[in-house]
Amino acid sequence: MALPAHATPVEKVWHYTYLVICTLIFIFLIVPIIIIVPLSFNAEPYFTFTEGMLGFKSDAYSTRWYQDIFKNGMLNPEAPLSWAWFSDAWNNAQWLRATRNSFFIATVSTIVATTLGTLAALGLSRPEMPARSLITGLLISPMIVPLVITATGMFFFYSDVGLAKTYTGVILAHATLGIPFVIITVTATLSSFDTSLIRASASCGATPTTTFFKIIMPLILPGMISGALFAFITSLDEVVVMLFVADVEQRTIPRQMFSGLREQISPTILAVATVLVIISIALLTAVELLRRRSERLRGLSPG
Amino acid sequence: MADSALSSQRIHDVPDQLTTADGIPLKRKLAISMRRARWRAFLMTAPLVLFMLVSFVLPIGQMLTRSVHNDSFSKALPNFSVALRDWDQKASADGLPDEALFKLLAEDMAVARKERTIGRAATRINYDHSGTRSLFMGAARKAKNFEAPYKETFLELKPKWSNVEMWAAMKRVASDNTTGFYLAAVDRTYDANNDIVEQDEVRQIYVKLFWRTLYLSGVITVLCFLLAYPVAYLLSVLPLAKSNLLMILVLLPFWTSLLVRTTAWIALLQTEGIVNDVLVWLGIISDDGRVQMIYNQMGTIIAMTHILLPFMVLPLYSVMKTIPPSYMRAARSLGANQFTAFVKVYFPQTIPGIAAGTLLVFILAIGYYITPALVGGQDGQLISNIIAFHMQKSLNWSLAAALGSILLAGVLILYWLYNKLIGIDNLKFG
Amino acid sequence: MKMKLLLSAAAALAITAGSASAKDLTVVSWGGAYTKSQVEAYHKPWQAKTGKTITSEDYNGGIAEIKAQVEANNVTWDIIDVELSDAVRACDEGLIEPIDPSILPAGADGTAAADDFLPGTLHECAVANIVWSTIFAYDSSKIANGPKTIGDFFDTAKFPGKRGLRKNPKANLEMALMADGVPAADVYKVLGTPEGVNRAFAKLDTIKGDVVWWEAGAQPPQLLADGEVAMTTAYNGRIFNAVAGEGKPFEIVWDGQVWDLDLWVIPKGSKNKEAALDFLKFSTSTKQLAAQASWISYGPARKSSGALVGKFHNKDIDMVPQMPTNAANLKNATQNNFEFWADNQDELNERFNAWLAG
Repeated sequence: MALPAHATPVEKVWHYTYLVICTLIFIFLIVPIIIIVPLSFNAEPYFTFTEGMLGFKSDAYSTRWYQDIFKNGMLNPEAPLSWAWFSDAWNNAQWLRATRNSFFIATVSTIVATTLGTLAALGLSRPEMPARSLITGLLISPMIVPLVITATGMFFFYSDVGLAKTYTGVILAHATLGIPFVIITVTATLSSFDTSLIRASASCGATPTTTFFKIIMPLILPGMISGALFAFITSLDEVVVMLFVADVEQRTIPRQMFSGLREQISPTILAVATVLVIISIALLTAVELLRRRSERLRGLSPG
Repeated sequence: MADSALSSQRIHDVPDQLTTADGIPLKRKLAISMRRARWRAFLMTAPLVLFMLVSFVLPIGQMLTRSVHNDSFSKALPNFSVALRDWDQKASADGLPDEALFKLLAEDMAVARKERTIGRAATRINYDHSGTRSLFMGAARKAKNFEAPYKETFLELKPKWSNVEMWAAMKRVASDNTTGFYLAAVDRTYDANNDIVEQDEVRQIYVKLFWRTLYLSGVITVLCFLLAYPVAYLLSVLPLAKSNLLMILVLLPFWTSLLVRTTAWIALLQTEGIVNDVLVWLGIISDDGRVQMIYNQMGTIIAMTHILLPFMVLPLYSVMKTIPPSYMRAARSLGANQFTAFVKVYFPQTIPGIAAGTLLVFILAIGYYITPALVGGQDGQLISNIIAFHMQKSLNWSLAAALGSILLAGVLILYWLYNKLIGIDNLKFG
Repeated sequence: MKMKLLLSAAAALAITAGSASAKDLTVVSWGGAYTKSQVEAYHKPWQAKTGKTITSEDYNGGIAEIKAQVEANNVTWDIIDVELSDAVRACDEGLIEPIDPSILPAGADGTAAADDFLPGTLHECAVANIVWSTIFAYDSSKIANGPKTIGDFFDTAKFPGKRGLRKNPKANLEMALMADGVPAADVYKVLGTPEGVNRAFAKLDTIKGDVVWWEAGAQPPQLLADGEVAMTTAYNGRIFNAVAGEGKPFEIVWDGQVWDLDLWVIPKGSKNKEAALDFLKFSTSTKQLAAQASWISYGPARKSSGALVGKFHNKDIDMVPQMPTNAANLKNATQNNFEFWADNQDELNERFNAWLAG
């Protein structure tokens, strides 16, 4: 993007204007995410910077909202730190319960989505697959269909069969929503997969199972894992289906944030949001590393 | 030489068709093995297809039937409903049913009141003819003491019982299948002659909301495009190390929870929020003149543009990445200035990316619920929000289903278009 | 193979997680300071007495969730705190259990329950616990010579600034009419006519552009504290608690208040009906109702409890003058007409939504 030496003044001006515009857009993209980090250390119960914070006074900052993540809902939050305190927090703190639910639901639904999704993606990427585009269309549709429609449909159906307000119901729903991502990422990996490897393996006497685990699996594993991570974050972030299908017992982090934002706005939400941002950074890094590894494995250029 | 002699010899030996070792014609054998391969491929997808049919397609389909099927009236007042279905309103002189039907109504009402199902029937008729719920409930409370002549008793109780339009509506709701909810979803209703007319002006809302949803989605899509294009271009021309670094700025929002980003915008945009604080501090606005940027349309537009922007950047970037820079250089060397070169040479090549990004963002935007619910205030609500309202608050589930099926039809058309133009297989993330 | 193992382990986990949470009683109420007052006055003593645990859940009123649970045959709530018109409606639709008032304990002074409860507070499917009110309030540190009448709330020329209103026609239409000069006694007579409804909406139109809508009872004090609105309608107890509990400089204007009852109802098909009934009897006893009044400024539904109302639980504030039913506060007040709302809320909600979207 270097400016050529023969650039005219107009081009130079345009070039720098362009860079400024891009910088502004990047700021627009990233500032909202960065800004909540310092705000979550606000000592006051506001969603904005206080004068003390702008003056970098240490007493304007505090970790009280992070403590509140643990204490909110506890029977006896002021008790001395002991086993009983931890057990109280673990069992009664609303945010901890939400965290537990979130990770449990996300993990199980990711496993379901990844298993079924990978198998289906293997089938879809075979050249003999009949009605491929119709079936792909169907399997990707949960990503496209408005969530309100999916959620209301599930609400009635799951109520009829007794799955509404149960963990199983929520997990099935989230698995459904995660499947498109698994399909997309695994099919993408398979599209550059050299199928002669399978024949080679078979001609060397491997059974299909052996071929799958020894040849196919290692090569598509990066795609599977990044699909799984997408499915995981989809579940971790999902709130519309939760609003319709789940009960207070299955309440997850985003569901808890949704009530918080509509009802009692407290900076605890910002503290939770900060923690979630850190989790997204970790997941993003994981996906990036996987992508590079996958491309290296398949002999594609890195990047 | 010998080889070719041999093969020509063989060819002569060959009967009419090729066979495999076990004597089956090769063509058939191939067909069998193809079919087997097709089955194998299909069977691998079968568990998931089945799963999706049960957990996704069936629930939505079942929900949508509610838009044309509603039996809450005939369930609560069964005998009356059956009789009413056969009643010919045009044949009666005053447009009202006869004594026998009124008697059935009184009897059914008394039972329904006792079994506490009358409220549901009253709610149902109220959907088709607003203002009848109180009439129904009032009559039902007294129904068990009604005596012949029933027709007169009803009319004496409230003159509204002689309303011809209401009776036309009652005849409609007595049957379990109806198009009434679709009409309601487009602000239409039936009049006394069963002709379709516009809904009373103070009650018109849904057409306006559909248009607003399209309009806001359009604005958001255009904004996303305007913001994404320069960024995607920059990413595609920068050296890899640098562009990877900047790519993180696009991907991080993509990976960050929707709720987190919405929370962040609330913190930034509210009246006492950061943006207003900065504007006041800079002296652009006074402390009393803080700008309302959230809990209205502007809040919805800003937050959703931010949330959907990565969905525009990524497809644009992947297309731009494949455009060789030499084309632009060639155009320049042939005498085009930078602007012409861009418009005539570069831009047309990015159109597939633009189509992909725009359609994807538009599809996602028209079904959005959470962000408008949290930051949209009143005029920033989309059609999804009113669907949720009818699902959770007003409990007019049939209307919610009708609105939902219209929205779904729209989305599926766009989805089909996307598949036609771009192909869903080309959808990629990160 | 590993995957299969993992999957079945996960399924097993899911099943245990699903079943490991047998709840003794789920009590649903309006959240925030109000639920807090119930937890202190009802839940804690009841749990201590019975050894059972209560799961407390918040909602924003309305019978939608009850209906969804009952019709989907999936009832997870056991006892719910609802407004009177909603109780009547839910009863009409067969969504809640009839409650025989004779099971209620006599007052502490020996008066039979039927006589001890204020008139109109016992319903065929519901038992009242408190009298509450929709009032409007402002921050006296920001408006020096504050509003005095309901008319001032609608007068943005005299008192500029945003207004907070509940996103629901109930109480808003009544207040609009009273502000428009309709005497409190005639409010429902006027509202019963199409012209009256138009008149109420026309009055609301005059401030529509300045309104911030709230849904949860905890929001109005927050809106006032954050300076998002100059004045807001609110449940009187929430404002009182922000003043008494957190020392906020809020002022309640009682002129044009619309008072109402909150009642306990038990949804049809509750899995813990016995416990719910026991909790209902316990919480509406003389002592518990009086105890609640020391946590929030809502009037107890029993006469015998009214006599016991004293001071705020941790401050020297007399609670009686803070009650909606205190004579000084009732000078220009309307009681929410439950029959009107049970019968007309569908139409008015529809009209209200179209008006909001327009």
